[in-house]
Amino acid sequence: MQRPYADPYVAGFGLGLVLLAAFVLTGQGLGASGAFANVATGLVAEFRPAELATNRYFAKYAASGAPWTAWMVIEVVGIVAGAAVSAALFGRFRFAVNGGPSVSQASRLTTAVAGGVAMGVGAVLARGCTSGQALSGGALLSLGSWIFMLAAFAAAFGVAPLARRLWR
Amino acid sequence: MLTDSLFIAFILGVAFGFVLEQAGLADAPKLAGQFYLRDFAVLKVMFSAIVTAMLGVFWLGRFGLIDFSALYVPETFLAPQAIGGVIFGLGFVICGLCPGTGCAATGAGRIDGMATVGGLLLGVLLTGLAFPLIEPFYESTALGVRTLPQLLDAPYGMIVGIVTATALLTFHWIGRFETRS
Repeated sequence: MQRPYADPYVAGFGLGLVLLAAFVLTGQGLGASGAFANVATGLVAEFRPAELATNRYFAKYAASGAPWTAWMVIEVVGIVAGAAVSAALFGRFRFAVNGGPSVSQASRLTTAVAGGVAMGVGAVLARGCTSGQALSGGALLSLGSWIFMLAAFAAAFGVAPLARRLWR
Repeated sequence: MLTDSLFIAFILGVAFGFVLEQAGLADAPKLAGQFYLRDFAVLKVMFSAIVTAMLGVFWLGRFGLIDFSALYVPETFLAPQAIGGVIFGLGFVICGLCPGTGCAATGAGRIDGMATVGGLLLGVLLTGLAFPLIEPFYESTALGVRTLPQLLDAPYGMIVGIVTATALLTFHWIGRFETRS
């Protein structure tokens, strides 16, 4: 039996406390896209190690320690685990493709990959995503974080009418 | 100690993922509903989380329980963060999930979440491989660590108050919009 989601303000307050705990315990906020940069660096180090000598992006991540056990990778594994526990406890766990009601599973998975690629490009340029920039940098009132957040939401609201078919 | 800090990383991640799933943000159609003004969970959750953490950091700092100068504030790079934000926002609408919520959806068993995670890795990998080409843009318009109080030359507490008031006004507006529709 699937139970309803929590009140968004209660969940938001809870998320704020988790973020505050991260600031107090580690001196930095939460993140997500950084883990993908670590894993990408691990793959490059494995399969194209020469790249590390010339590519400053991967070199910077490689210099920060072992990519597969980076802080952010472990945190993201935690996100997956925490969501799995929450979904299981509240009867919401299931293996399924979740998308707009009139979209086939194949096109939904295509848009998920395509959107993921675009967000990956954006997160590299912005040096973070909705977690590291919008939430964490936003709470610390970083100018660049607020610019990222406003640009992302403006673009999302702006393009949403063109993507209506995906969610209807 | 490294193992301690990785243990903390895992625990914080678990709490993060748990709360995201509780809020319904592992559910892409619900999340995308924000951009069609059908569901305001994204705005409500994000803005209340930002305000909670912002007020927490501010008051803990006031009482000397946290050293604000020791916190990691991301550096500002105006152009790449604005353009990166736009590209990110386009992907966000198409996908209906972001990196954090994509991982939460993966945990909840959603296959579209796993596809998002795959796409993200591909996007970061390809951009990283193209990095020498985009590096001049990536490093452009660097302002260093720059906060809104610094930019506006206003007291920290005043900006905290303005952001809090803006959030409360936004929540009030959302409430009126929801009862009307």
